[in-house]
Amino acid sequence: MTDIHGNREALEACLDHAAQNGVGRYIFLGDYAGYGADPGWVIDTVQAEVARGAAAVLGNHDAAVLTDGADMNDAAATAIAWTRTQLDAGQRAFLAGLPLAIEEKDRLYVHASGFEPDQWHYVDELYAAAKSLMATRAHATFCGHTHVPALFHMSMTGKFASFDPVDRVDIPLTRQRRWLAVIGSVGQPRDRDPAACYAVLDDERDLLTYVRVPYDIETAAKKIRAAGLPLSLSARLFEGY
Amino acid sequence: MDARRLEAGQTIDGFVLEKPLEPGGMASFWRVSRPGTDMPLVMKIPLLRLGEDPITIVGFEVEQMILAQLAGPHVPRFVAAGDFEQPYIVMEFVAGRPVKSLLDKTPLPAGEVAEIGAKIAFALHELHRQHVIHLDIKPSNVILRPNGEAVLIDFGLSRHDQLPDLVAEEFDDPVGTGPYIAPEQVLRQRGDPRSDIFALGVVLYFLATGERPFGEPQRAAEWKRRLWRDPYPPRRLNKQVPPWLQEIILRCLEVDPAARYATAAQLAFDLQHPDQVRLTARAERRDRDGPLVVAMRWLRAHRRGPVPRRDLAGLLSRAPIIMTAIDLAPHAEGLRDALADAVRRVLATEPAARLACVNVLKTSLLGLDPVADKLGRNPHLQRLVELKHWARALPLATERITYHVFESSDPASALVDYARHNHIDHIIIGARGSSPLRRYLGSVSSKVVAEAPCTVTVVRPRDAPTPAETP
Repeated sequence: MTDIHGNREALEACLDHAAQNGVGRYIFLGDYAGYGADPGWVIDTVQAEVARGAAAVLGNHDAAVLTDGADMNDAAATAIAWTRTQLDAGQRAFLAGLPLAIEEKDRLYVHASGFEPDQWHYVDELYAAAKSLMATRAHATFCGHTHVPALFHMSMTGKFASFDPVDRVDIPLTRQRRWLAVIGSVGQPRDRDPAACYAVLDDERDLLTYVRVPYDIETAAKKIRAAGLPLSLSARLFEGY
Repeated sequence: MDARRLEAGQTIDGFVLEKPLEPGGMASFWRVSRPGTDMPLVMKIPLLRLGEDPITIVGFEVEQMILAQLAGPHVPRFVAAGDFEQPYIVMEFVAGRPVKSLLDKTPLPAGEVAEIGAKIAFALHELHRQHVIHLDIKPSNVILRPNGEAVLIDFGLSRHDQLPDLVAEEFDDPVGTGPYIAPEQVLRQRGDPRSDIFALGVVLYFLATGERPFGEPQRAAEWKRRLWRDPYPPRRLNKQVPPWLQEIILRCLEVDPAARYATAAQLAFDLQHPDQVRLTARAERRDRDGPLVVAMRWLRAHRRGPVPRRDLAGLLSRAPIIMTAIDLAPHAEGLRDALADAVRRVLATEPAARLACVNVLKTSLLGLDPVADKLGRNPHLQRLVELKHWARALPLATERITYHVFESSDPASALVDYARHNHIDHIIIGARGSSPLRRYLGSVSSKVVAEAPCTVTVVRPRDAPTPAETP
């Protein structure tokens, strides 16, 4: 799950869906805060899952909450400034302790790109995906950051290609090629589908399944308005853009 | 693992190699066994040194990906796949004879061609319904089980509608088998299930005439010719080919996919009902088109723009076979009108649908029924006349509508069997008003609803009396 962005309703819906579908472990790919009205609750929830064995990496919005300067648009910067007033010391310490990337077996988990993870490159087209794939040796890389689900792959002969994953179709991550899965956003999807997005990895059979989960957008949006955050952040949830 | 150095008795990941089978072009095959598995198994091992031959590597990867997703009797059951260092696929060993083995006996009689063709078409339809287009249908890739069912094998060039198309990403040239490849595949379009219908048309042509319609072009550059040069009509090569079979084959071989059968199920339907095939100019053709027509097609082929990608599931669901069961009893007039209304509404939203109008002539269990009615008319023929009369007002071109009367002592079972046998997508059936006796005995429509393999719409006339009003 990635790019939750303080959206409690979306995260609850995804965790509930995952629990009902036999998911045994969570990997969080960053950006717990920013944009949404419940950053504290989201960070507490992720922290509790990490205590139970989940893995979590740092996102650029999380890093921005901890530092002062960050290169962001107005609405995002406003949300970051507001988020700073919402987090307690424990929540900040949790974020500060997160790594930029995690490697497990031959899989890499990172927020933005395997190429210069701390530079937060967007993997939103073939060239950016190729750079990430060339930068590591991982058989499969999982990342977020773009809020648009996509699946890139590189064949043994070095051909790169991209694919738009279809909701709930198991995709075999064959061993003959290398894969880069951009998981869509839980809390602020931007591919014109407002439903929350996450993905399930069957790590025994190497099957990856993207999932869309409807959630209570109305409530999440109302909270954003009540918090005095920019109205655009509430409106875009309905558009999924 | 070097496929060339395997020996009987050797074990790979728990599978014991029993004996080698005839190798294919890009793989060797072994009968294998595994303790605890009763099903006869075959292991396919690619003949490659890794990094050597992209089409073998990618083809193997694609087959591994797609076969594992497929189910049903028309594909070999997937059992296991090896990993990167030790690539193999273990699947069900399909006993039977490949269609390839029939080629020395060609030309086959029309009835046999149609029977085999219908079996392959059903297998294709089942495949298409699982989001997969085979894209390499040819006699060596179809096995006929002892019970006649067709099994499709070798998914190395296939395309799954909802998975990455690894073949398209890897190759800039068209991939396929020269004699069988569809024109749109030559143009590198890999998203149309009707490409499989074209290839099956080539197989049928071959079985019916003993000749390949487009020869055996080896180089991809020669494959393009089929975009403008039409084949000789089958009847020119074999006088025994009946017009209905020529009609079916040439329709499969149309250059424009839209002019072919919309689905493999519709093709199977025609192959199973030769007397219902609507003959067009195709059936009468005696020679290839003249130079002017060919030149026009050549021009068109060279001006062709990009064709939009199609969604496989959408394409199939837009071309359903609808069956309607019509009650021809004299007092069921109101019901027939209501049924016609319901059928019209469905057809309005499904422009590529086919309609099968069906009536069951109920016979007694002992089969002692008279062969003629009181006026001396053949009841079978009389009912066909009535079915056609009923259907005259439907907004459907005549080639999309067929009529069937069959006899059975159990009409509901006969209807369900027919629907299953013909891969019907939707049954529209009338229900007579309910009555205590009908509830007790069970109505035909309720039994059809309970047992049908597809969607059933039950139609009641609006003004049917309610049970309370029935005396």
